[in-house]
Amino acid sequence: MELIFAVTVGVMVTCSVFLMLRGHTFAVVIGLTLMSYAVNLFLFASGGLALHKPAILADGAEYSDPLPQALVLTAIVIGFAMTAFALILAIRARADLGNDQVDGRALPGDSLANKESQGKMRQNPVSSTAKNTGGKTR
Amino acid sequence: MHLPALPVLLPFFAAILILYPWFNKRLHLQRLVAQFALLMLVAVSMLTLFKTLADGPIGYAMGDWEAPFGIYLLADPLAAFMLVVTSVLALCTHLYACGGEDKTGRFFHPLFMFQLMGLNGAFLTADAFNLFVFFEILLIASYSLLIHGGGRERTRAAQHYVLYNLIGSAFFLIALALLYRAFGTLNIPDMALRAPELPEESVPLAQAGGLLLMVVFGVKAALLPLHFWLPRTYSTTSVPVAALFAVMTKVGVYSLWRIHSVVFGHDSGELSDLGVVPLSWLSGLTVLAGAIGALASQTLRWLIANLIIISVGTLLMTVAMGTTQSVAAGLYYTLHSTLMSGAFFLVAGLILMQRGQAEDRFVRSRPLLYPIFTGVLFAVTAMAMIGLPPFSGFLGKVFILQAAIDSGDAIWVWPIVLISGLAALIALSRAGTTLFWRTQGSVVPEAKEKLSNVHLVAAGLLVATTLVLVIGAGPLTEWSLRAAQDLHTGVTLNYLNGGQP
Repeated sequence: MELIFAVTVGVMVTCSVFLMLRGHTFAVVIGLTLMSYAVNLFLFASGGLALHKPAILADGAEYSDPLPQALVLTAIVIGFAMTAFALILAIRARADLGNDQVDGRALPGDSLANKESQGKMRQNPVSSTAKNTGGKTR
Repeated sequence: MHLPALPVLLPFFAAILILYPWFNKRLHLQRLVAQFALLMLVAVSMLTLFKTLADGPIGYAMGDWEAPFGIYLLADPLAAFMLVVTSVLALCTHLYACGGEDKTGRFFHPLFMFQLMGLNGAFLTADAFNLFVFFEILLIASYSLLIHGGGRERTRAAQHYVLYNLIGSAFFLIALALLYRAFGTLNIPDMALRAPELPEESVPLAQAGGLLLMVVFGVKAALLPLHFWLPRTYSTTSVPVAALFAVMTKVGVYSLWRIHSVVFGHDSGELSDLGVVPLSWLSGLTVLAGAIGALASQTLRWLIANLIIISVGTLLMTVAMGTTQSVAAGLYYTLHSTLMSGAFFLVAGLILMQRGQAEDRFVRSRPLLYPIFTGVLFAVTAMAMIGLPPFSGFLGKVFILQAAIDSGDAIWVWPIVLISGLAALIALSRAGTTLFWRTQGSVVPEAKEKLSNVHLVAAGLLVATTLVLVIGAGPLTEWSLRAAQDLHTGVTLNYLNGGQP
């Protein structure tokens, strides 16, 4: 069981690292989500893996460590909130910057980027999209 | 006595109160409530500091659950010092924000309060997982504060900052899982107690966890390969937020003191001095990277952000030295550099409001509206940041240099600290001459309506804290030595539970 568990966590982390190194925010957010799943599993395993043991106290029986379960619960809630925030920020950045690259610079030939934002990124501090979405530039 | 819980609860309740819809349209009332809460916070922090200095560390069991089941808050002099410096900084930056920056978006005041709640909680907690939770609270508040007011540049900086810190949080959890497996506890005093007698098979796990934790705190503190997010983030966000963020990097340094100096300190058996060698290399290189960045800066705020990197690198060197004296010197330097970096951002805010389109770029532009007042503030903060006498930076650096002699690290610490001072001197002289003397035309007409007296008072107050640090240097250094000693002796679980140390 330890082997399956370790391989699962490892594969998930590998995939998440691959996704997080992509340029599009969508892939990065998916990568972060996968990463948090893998981390939660890892955290869960920190109490030791045990089969057929009661989750919490039971009479006379050995029980599995309840603390990691509490930690995982907290980590899941926090992870959800943070992923939601990252997603909203990515949408906001898509509107403000006119493309969904993490760096905010559209690549040539990017089908997802607004046409007018391409090549205009460096010279013009206020793009038309930023004005339309109520973005305010100081 | 509920004193240690108050610095967390006060901003929390203030934030909840301000969030009520009744306050939505009443901005002045929001400001009043927040200012009142901040004044209370300063008073509570001072009281905590004096009480801990007089009676030793105070433990506080949340919900009266005793360790190892419950979560402890631990107010020792080190934590209390950080509370005081944070609350003073917050009071002044919040006052500055009341000059008009809080109108550029919604929920500035509640977010500011939540930010403080996270910061204070991170300083006070005695539990590693609880530290993670408070880190997340301060981070999610900082994400929102960072993009407060909106704008393309801010969104772009925020995207990097948020994604980067989310990955950092994932690393934090992995480290905690490793440490829990190795130690069987996440209570920091308990971990310190168990570290010397860790069974052989747990040592590699604990080492991996400890080093991973160092990476996480390095992200927060802006250690060399992990510091690239800092200049853009700090220089694009609004001025009061950037000033408050001056304390954020110090949270990373503080956590290194709290966990690495204690759990992985000098007498922790196989775990002794974990990661000290890479940390000393990287901290020295951080200072040099900051110095190069400072010399290459094109705007004042970018320059200040690089000066923050220099000061953080200097602090990390004191962590790497690892003696009681070095922690004491580092603590005094933390007080100075937090307040002065914050003050410098506020001064930069004054300057950029008076220069119209040129903002804080180093180009020839129109003269300032209040050249003398702004100039004096700029000169004082610049001299303090460089480390010229008679201001607090000078004393802070002298203490660090002395501590380096005592710990035998003088050979690498001295050149780095002194070269970085020289680089800061050159960069700031160039900045000052351009901003104040290379002028043409007449004063910017909108400057008068943009710049309110509140701005001037807030910036002046925060700059004046350097004088307090200099005049009170005697007792302050004595107290920081006490704080460092208390940190290194540590607190036992038995003491936290109300028994004898």
